[in-house]
Amino acid sequence: MAKKGIETLVGLFVLLGMIALVFLAMRAANLGNFDGGDSYTLQARFTNIGGLKARAPVRSAGVLVGRVTSIGLDPVTYEGVVTMSIRSGFAFPKDTSAKILTAGLLGDQYIGLEPGPDEAMLADGGRIVQTQSAVVLENLIGQFLANSAAGAGGGGQ
Amino acid sequence: MNLLAELGARTLRVLHGFGHAALFFLDLLRALPGSLRRFYLVVHQIHAIGNRSLLIIVASGVAVGFVLALQMYYALVTYGAAESLGLIVNLSLVRELGPVVTALLFAGRAGTSLTAEIGLMKAGEQLAAMELMAVDPRQRVLAPRFLGGIVAMPLLAAMFSAVGILGAWVVAVGLIGVDAGNFWSVMQNGVDWWRDVGNGIVKAAVFGVICTAVALYQGYETEATPEGVAYATTRTVVVSSLAVLGMDFVLTALMFTTP
Repeated sequence: MAKKGIETLVGLFVLLGMIALVFLAMRAANLGNFDGGDSYTLQARFTNIGGLKARAPVRSAGVLVGRVTSIGLDPVTYEGVVTMSIRSGFAFPKDTSAKILTAGLLGDQYIGLEPGPDEAMLADGGRIVQTQSAVVLENLIGQFLANSAAGAGGGGQ
Repeated sequence: MNLLAELGARTLRVLHGFGHAALFFLDLLRALPGSLRRFYLVVHQIHAIGNRSLLIIVASGVAVGFVLALQMYYALVTYGAAESLGLIVNLSLVRELGPVVTALLFAGRAGTSLTAEIGLMKAGEQLAAMELMAVDPRQRVLAPRFLGGIVAMPLLAAMFSAVGILGAWVVAVGLIGVDAGNFWSVMQNGVDWWRDVGNGIVKAAVFGVICTAVALYQGYETEATPEGVAYATTRTVVVSSLAVLGMDFVLTALMFTTP
């Protein structure tokens, strides 16, 4: 009888531990955000992906529609190849354009999808052709400096 | 010349200690499968190690969650980022405080009792008696305790973190007035279930192995006198705490440096 009691208590202990684990994973972390496995993949190529990371959000009109699954480099064209999984509820037209945007001034980078007017939809494994790379602050400053130097040189003549 | 000999003797003694402990650890691992055959012994040990540590772990978890939430709030509110309270509490609990504080409490609560129990068994020559009866005390006494500790420790750490987050929720949402929806959604966006939660549990399991192995070793190798047992119990707490803190640094460096 005492043995049975101890076994019940240990069972309870293990159960509590499991509940804590499930709570941590589902409620306090992002495991609950995956809604099933219902998603399809899209690919996009960027000349510069900036600070984009795997698991970065993919948004359309600001709404989360998927996540970046992997990032690679095309060995021939030297473009960044971004693979993302999109929830199957959202289909995008073939002429959708993808931009790498920044949340806020210094926030994390994410991919913004802007659908075009095309009637045909992108299928699983489809590729988004129109892309706009991340804005790299250093390049922007470099351009600005070059322009202002050119401007100053022109003014002197 | 004497000094040189002394230095050599000390080095040899330290190395001998390490080797002895390593061999003991290997013996423990070898005895593990055998303990599965008498699973009720393991169940009893999980009860002694896990269930009886529950109260102190849960109480500490709630207290740490309360205090973390209160202190973080003062810093965050100056930047208008009080919504991130849940995220910060969650990450610090799940990644570091949960496993480490649980391990320290575990060494104090369960490790000491393991050392004292086995030390007294040795002092009362119960272990020697077992050997005479051709029962391997490693398999019969040490292995079930080892397994019990390894099973109990991650579960305790998970409970510590979960309860701490709930404690932080009570303070943040109930007391301070952070929006409940934001509290959870910022947390869910920032915490990855495998990278943060999973690695925290792996950490806790490693600490469980360290704490239990140290406690068993100290008990098994104790001098068979009252002073010897007292000394071994103290050493259990000191050695396992230091080992956990050192190992924590190594594991953190391995797990969390790459973004």
